[in-house]
Amino acid sequence: MFQRLVTGAVFAGCAAGLIAALLHFSFVQALILTGEQYESGALTHFAGGGDHAVHADAGEASGEDAGHDHATHKHGESGGLARDGLTVLFTVLIYVAYGFILIAGFGAASTFGARIGAVQGLLWGIGGFAVFQLAPAMGLAPELPGTVAADLGARQVWWWGTALLTAAGLLGLGYGRKAWVFVLAGVALALPHVIGAPTLGEYYGSAPPELGAAFAARVLGVGLVAWAVLGWVAGSVWARGERV
Amino acid sequence: MTTLASVKKSSGTLAQAAGSIIAVMAIGVALMFVAGHAQSATLHDAAHDMRHATGFPCH
Repeated sequence: MFQRLVTGAVFAGCAAGLIAALLHFSFVQALILTGEQYESGALTHFAGGGDHAVHADAGEASGEDAGHDHATHKHGESGGLARDGLTVLFTVLIYVAYGFILIAGFGAASTFGARIGAVQGLLWGIGGFAVFQLAPAMGLAPELPGTVAADLGARQVWWWGTALLTAAGLLGLGYGRKAWVFVLAGVALALPHVIGAPTLGEYYGSAPPELGAAFAARVLGVGLVAWAVLGWVAGSVWARGERV
Repeated sequence: MTTLASVKKSSGTLAQAAGSIIAVMAIGVALMFVAGHAQSATLHDAAHDMRHATGFPCH
């Protein structure tokens, strides 16, 4: 069984990851690079009226995003082959990881008698998108470079807690049989948002809001497509295995 | 054949199936942690664009 789970997860994860990478470079990467220009001060909000030809001296404007410590992280060379190659590699890797989690879920559901095929896989995939991207994004919107946010550790704790509770809530709604399970599921889905994600309470970001909004929307759109592919492929592969 | 029976057939025992499921889930979560959340500078820089584009808390 272990081998069957791993094979399905790697296959579905690679397929979804490659599609996610393609969509990433079609819709998202340009916004990241533009956000970094605001983060570094190469572009300044309002200064250029959206004209990217206007470049301030990076050294001059580097104090723009207060509280953000550039020494703690660096970015690869913009558009460099190594940077883009690593992005493809890690996008595939993260979808393979999602694939492992999804297929383990299939295995558990099957053990309890649920039938998993392409349709159920698609629904699980959309559920996975809600668990790992949509629900966390409601508290912690996908961060365009140039965004300044609360303490990383606190955000990661909230992120994992939200993913876990959303997964429990969706499984309760999907597979629960009793009214109290549905009630608990609703509580689990709502709880992270009632508690609320760690925020600074003030805004320090240096990039224009239009850029951040477009980035967040595109990240979620790409995530939905990739997760739908992941679930559909994984479900189809799983159903083939059932028939053998 | 029921699903449960096919799980049993392909894996021997239910306990073995449970072990496989837990192991695969653990690998998935560990991979996700390394690719998306670990704060080693090398990993962070390599995974940077993916982390932003997947909505992980990045830095």
